[in-house]
Amino acid sequence: MDLRFSPEEIAFRDEVRHFFATQIPAAIRNKTIEGRKFEKSDIVTAHKIMYARGWATPNWPKEWGGTGWTPIQQYIFMEELQQSGSPQPLQFNVQMCGPVLIQFASEAQKKRFLPRMASLDDWWCQGFSEPGAGSDLASLKTTAKRDGDTYVVNGQKTWTTLGQYADWIFCLVRTDLAAKKQEGISFLLIDMKTPGITVRPIQTIDGGREVNEVFFDDVRVPVENLVGQENKGWDYAKFLLGNERVGIARVGVSKERIRRIRQLAALERDGDRPIIENPRFAEKLAAVEVELKALEMTQLRVVAAERNRGTGKPDPASSVLKIKGSEIQQATTELLMDIMGPYSIPMADDDMDGSNELPIAPDYAGGIAPAYFNWRKISIYGGTNEIQRNIIAKAVLGL
Amino acid sequence: MDFDLSDEQRQLKDNLERLMAAEYGFDKRTAYAASPHGWSRELWATYAELGLLAVPFAEADGGIGGGPTETMIIMEQLGHAMALEPYLATVVLGGGFLRHGGSVEQKARLIPGIVSGETTLAFAQQEKQSRYDLADVATTARRDGNGWVIDGEKGVVIGGDAADHFIVTARTAGARRDHTGIGAFIVDAKSTGLSRRGYVTQDGQRAAQLTFAGVKVPASDVIGDSAGALPLIERVVDEGIAALCAEAIGVMTMMHATTLDYLKTRKQFGLTIGSFQAVQHRAADMFVALEQARSMAMFATMMADDSDARERARAISAAKVQIGRSGRQIGQEAVQLHGGIAMTMEYNVGHAFKRMTMIDRMFGDTDHHLARLAGLGGVIG
Repeated sequence: MDLRFSPEEIAFRDEVRHFFATQIPAAIRNKTIEGRKFEKSDIVTAHKIMYARGWATPNWPKEWGGTGWTPIQQYIFMEELQQSGSPQPLQFNVQMCGPVLIQFASEAQKKRFLPRMASLDDWWCQGFSEPGAGSDLASLKTTAKRDGDTYVVNGQKTWTTLGQYADWIFCLVRTDLAAKKQEGISFLLIDMKTPGITVRPIQTIDGGREVNEVFFDDVRVPVENLVGQENKGWDYAKFLLGNERVGIARVGVSKERIRRIRQLAALERDGDRPIIENPRFAEKLAAVEVELKALEMTQLRVVAAERNRGTGKPDPASSVLKIKGSEIQQATTELLMDIMGPYSIPMADDDMDGSNELPIAPDYAGGIAPAYFNWRKISIYGGTNEIQRNIIAKAVLGL
Repeated sequence: MDFDLSDEQRQLKDNLERLMAAEYGFDKRTAYAASPHGWSRELWATYAELGLLAVPFAEADGGIGGGPTETMIIMEQLGHAMALEPYLATVVLGGGFLRHGGSVEQKARLIPGIVSGETTLAFAQQEKQSRYDLADVATTARRDGNGWVIDGEKGVVIGGDAADHFIVTARTAGARRDHTGIGAFIVDAKSTGLSRRGYVTQDGQRAAQLTFAGVKVPASDVIGDSAGALPLIERVVDEGIAALCAEAIGVMTMMHATTLDYLKTRKQFGLTIGSFQAVQHRAADMFVALEQARSMAMFATMMADDSDARERARAISAAKVQIGRSGRQIGQEAVQLHGGIAMTMEYNVGHAFKRMTMIDRMFGDTDHHLARLAGLGGVIG
């Protein structure tokens, strides 16, 4: 047992750290640190810089543009990326749809979709949830009816993140209405320009518009866009959701937030001392740091175990990462609001259209309350924390 | 980065697991606790035969040259069995003072007895007023010719009722809470002027209250610098906390596993109670708490012998906080999910809960270490 990084791993970490510090524009990375949102162009720019270096799809097999890194290297890469403030390579392409296609799609589909997915020449979005199918995803009702060489899709998806930018959507659709609910589902790739698709943005409680409803009204999709076998889509979806949990601890994101908290808590004052010197605050922060350090070690244990288990198979213990990772991220947003106190109340300047007036609060206060509101999503998406507890109870504890 | 045990370490774990399964059933443990010393002399001899008592000592001193990982493995197994033998007091703490501060002569005099199982030690530090402050020492040691004379009282000396020697902290200079002017002394339990009152602890272990009335100690029994022992004391205690964290993992693992077994067999309303989601989620939360604690016990093990005292302190305090929180949650939930049966002295979960609760009170509780960690600037770099 040696829990320290090897000299090779440290050299790799330094190389990755240097890359993010020098290659991804500071103007983009600073948005994370300052709690502002990325534009589409920020995400595309960062993705393409990583792509040019061959680092946009580290988790893919080498033949499809992967890096061949060990699980530990992949972890180091992601943690350094997150701490740098850079946007991730687009998750819908890299973490979600890509691995499903690599595992289950035909050669023709792989050749057609994967290269443009890797380079972000195509932006993908996810069509899983529906108004009536949240945690009980398999109860989805969007149908795809076979008509010659096409499926005719009707129904509605929701919570489609950044769907407003998407060229393609990967969807779960019902292809057999008679089958038991998990057994009649297929995994279908749909061009967002197809007639009959309508995207409606949903404004969330932070004021942002990152999620959408997507309506399908007699949308005709070529049968060649079916992934794998008809009615086997639930298996592919489970594979995808398992992969999603692996990256979900977001230890690097929380580490970056902790540093920001220390920075702002040294700046903002509480009476005659900085807030960081208030013992109550300092102990609250220390308590979150303990949980984060423990999570980091837990994450590394899961990653290291992957070596023995074989890559690609999600560890049911990764539900621990989801639960703790989300709780810690949410706790950091609360600490930031505690620091800003009453100055977390005003709306930020860039939320107020076209105002030329001087801002009311310090400029770093703007994103803090919205981040608190927005990050409540983390314990809801990717399988709610209650679903994660069900997974632990059944898959790990055998209850 | 490697979380796997070596073949030798795995063997150590397996051997000890087998021994504990055979020798530490509920009834046997009850009998050991009721014996005069409150633990098994026979098993202690077996530990010696297996080399467990030699593990952390250098080969040159008659030991095996094991590191913190070996100590972690042993402590976790002892915790899992809720073993009563004074391994922490003798090998980890007493042995720690000798390894890190002992002279060649002191090592040669004491380590062979520890390794053979003939000698047990206890760390006499806790005083009425000191709580968890290692520098708060009112017991005095004044010079007397070449040697020293110790006066004062030590309250909660774990393993102290049967120990052959004590490692005693005493003030040689300065005011009560000064960080300098503290010495560490080896004191023979049979010394004139030393009286001991042994007692049983909440978790069924043994401890002692010691009174020193003009106890003479020769110069050869001072460990290191007679006025500058605090860094040594802190180092040994940090290692002790890492070992205690590993023991706690064993205790928690046992409580969680026992609870799961119970949830799968106990029936109410015609169903196993583990089929109820209200219960499942609590068992899942216990699992999360256990894994987080296990991670931090490993982290503490990794940092226990770090030469940077500040980094070590941050890691050890962070680990103790996590262990304290997870331990409280798992202990209370284990009792709650069992219901009445865990309220009895006839069932192992209640005993484990008591042990876990006392571990939180040793060498600084959760609040103490949270404050210490906050003062050190946290644990995220």
